[in-house]
Amino acid sequence: MLLIHCPFCKNRNETEFVYGGPVGANRPDPNLVSDEEWVDYLTMVPNPMGPVYERWWHARGCDQWFIICRDTVTHEILENPSEEP
Amino acid sequence: MKKYSAFALVKEAFNNHLGWGRAWRHAQPKKRYKVIIVGAGGHGLATAYYLGKNFGIRDVAVIEKGWLGGGNTGRNTTIIRSNYLQEESAAIYEKSRSLYETLSQELNYNIMFSPRGVMMLCQTEHELRAMKRTYYANRLFGVQTEMVSPMRMKEMIPIINTDGPRYPILGGLWQPRGGTARHDAVAWGYARAISSWGADIIENCEVTGIVREASKVASIQTTKGSIDCEKLCFVVAGSSSLLAELAGFRLPLESVALQALVSEPIKPVMDCVVMANTVHGYMSQSDKGEMVIGGGADGCNNYSQRGSFQHIEETVRALIETFPIISRLRQLRQWGGIVDMTGDRSPIISKTPVENIFLNCGWGTGGFKAIPGSGWATAELVAHGNPGKLAAPFSLARFVEGRMIDESIAAAVAH
Ligand SMILES: Cc1cc2nc3c(=O)[nH]c(=O)nc-3n(C[C@H](O)[C@H](O)[C@H](O)COP(=O)(O)OP(=O)(O)OC[C@H]3O[C@@H](n4cnc5c(N)ncnc54)[C@H](O)[C@@H]3O)c2cc1C
Ligand SMILES: [Zn+2]
Repeated sequence: MLLIHCPFCKNRNETEFVYGGPVGANRPDPNLVSDEEWVDYLTMVPNPMGPVYERWWHARGCDQWFIICRDTVTHEILENPSEEP
Repeated sequence: MKKYSAFALVKEAFNNHLGWGRAWRHAQPKKRYKVIIVGAGGHGLATAYYLGKNFGIRDVAVIEKGWLGGGNTGRNTTIIRSNYLQEESAAIYEKSRSLYETLSQELNYNIMFSPRGVMMLCQTEHELRAMKRTYYANRLFGVQTEMVSPMRMKEMIPIINTDGPRYPILGGLWQPRGGTARHDAVAWGYARAISSWGADIIENCEVTGIVREASKVASIQTTKGSIDCEKLCFVVAGSSSLLAELAGFRLPLESVALQALVSEPIKPVMDCVVMANTVHGYMSQSDKGEMVIGGGADGCNNYSQRGSFQHIEETVRALIETFPIISRLRQLRQWGGIVDMTGDRSPIISKTPVENIFLNCGWGTGGFKAIPGSGWATAELVAHGNPGKLAAPFSLARFVEGRMIDESIAAAVAH
C-alpha cells in the first residue's frame, strides 16, 4: 500500500485517497483547436514506465486535490522530481 | 512436427519418452522477415498462426522479450465467455469462443477447453437490469445465454450463499458454453504449429528501437540485433504505449496491474465459473482443485506486475460473503499482470499512423477468451493491409469519430 503525502495531513494510507489519473494536457478551447487536437486532449494521457505526474484526492481526509510524482514501476513517490508537469 | 496421439504415447512408452522432441524450435533472428510480430503472448502467436493458415504467410518472426506466454497470457484466470453487450464485441468474442471449441483438435494440442458454463451474478438491482439488457442483446446476436433465478442458482452452485446481507443474489446471467481453458497450452499449441511450418519464435529478445524510412518502418532494433521487415505488428498488451512511443505515435491506453490468486487445493466443490462484478471478484476451480480467484485492478496506473495488498484483500473479503466455504482456505500463490485499458473497455485492432505497422492491444482485463478470434482478425488486417469485418469496428479511428464500443457500462470488470 502506498503512503501518500497530503500537503495538509502529511503521510496517510493510500486507502484514504482516490486516484485522479495522470496529469494530461490542459483543456484547450474547443473552438480554437482542430478535431485531432481535441480528440487528443480527450483520449490521451501519459502512460510512461517510470516517473509520472498524477492527481490524487484526499477524499476520506481533508478533501484536497493535489499532484504527486510517482514511479510507475517502483511506486516510489519522488520528492524532488526533475521537471514540472 | 511429431503428431500427438494415443499411438505415439504407446510408442514413446516403450522408448522411455526420449523421442518427443521440443514443441517449438528456439530460433535465432534472420536478416529479414515478411512479417514481424512483437510479443509472444496468445494474441501474437494466434496472429502468426492465422497468417500462415488463412493467408499462407509463413515468413514470420514472433519476437518476445521474456519467455513465450510469460505475459498476461500465462497470468490470467482463463475465463472464456462471449455474452457481451455490444454487437461488435459479441461478433469477435463469439467467433473466438467457437474457435476454442475445436482448437485442441485443430492444433493437435490439448488446450483443455472446458465449456463448464459461466455464471455472472446480479447483486444489485442495477446489475440485474443491466444483465437482463445484456441477455436480450445476446439473443439478438445469437449468443446463447439465459437468466437464472436465485433458487435455480442455488441448485446449480450449492456452495453459494444467495442471501448475504450486503450482496444478496438477485439473479444471474448464465452462458452454458462459456468456461475455461489451459492458458499456457493455448500459447504452446499455437507456438508448436507455427514453428512446424518454419515461422521463427525468438525469445529473450527485446525490441528496443524502430527504424523508420519516411512514413514506413524499415527495420527493428532488438537485443539480438537489427531485423528488417515488410510489415510489423505490435501485440504487447500492457507495453503497447512503450512500443508506440518507439515508433513515434501515442495510444489511448493506460497500463495497470491486475492480480489473481489461487487457494490450496480442495475436493471439487464448484463445477462452473462464477463472476461477481459488483465486488470485482470471480472464481473457478482448477482441475488440481485450487480455487482460482481473480480480483479488481490496482487503484493507480503502474507497471509493477505485482498487485497491491488492499485490492486482493477487498476481493476476498467480498467473495467470502457469497462463498462462506472459502473463508478458511489458505492462499497458495498470488501474482499480477499489466493490462492495457482503453476508455471504452474494448480492444484496438487497427492500422496506425505508420503505414506498415499494425496494432493489436487494449484487451485489458479480458483478452484471454479472445485469443483465437483476435488472431484471426489481426491476421486478416496484416495480410490485406485493411481490416475485415471482425476487426473494422475496433480501429483507432473510433476514438476520433466518438464511436465508442462501450462495454464498461455492462460490467465494471470485464474478464
Ligand atoms: C490477473 C489477470 C486475470 C485475467 N483474467 C482473464 C480472464 O479470466 N479471462 C480473459 O479473457 N482474460 C483475462 N485476463 C486478460 C488476458 O490475460 C489478456 O487480455 C491477454 O492474455 C493478453 O494477451 P496478449 O497476447 O495480448 O498479451 P501478453 O500475453 O501480455 O503478451 C505480450 C507479450 O509481449 C512481450 N513484450 C512486451 N514488450 C516487448 C518488447 N519491447 N519486445 C518484445 N516483446 C515484448 C511481453 O513480454 C509479453 O510476453 C486477465 C489478465 C490478468 C493480468
Ligand atoms: Zn489531506
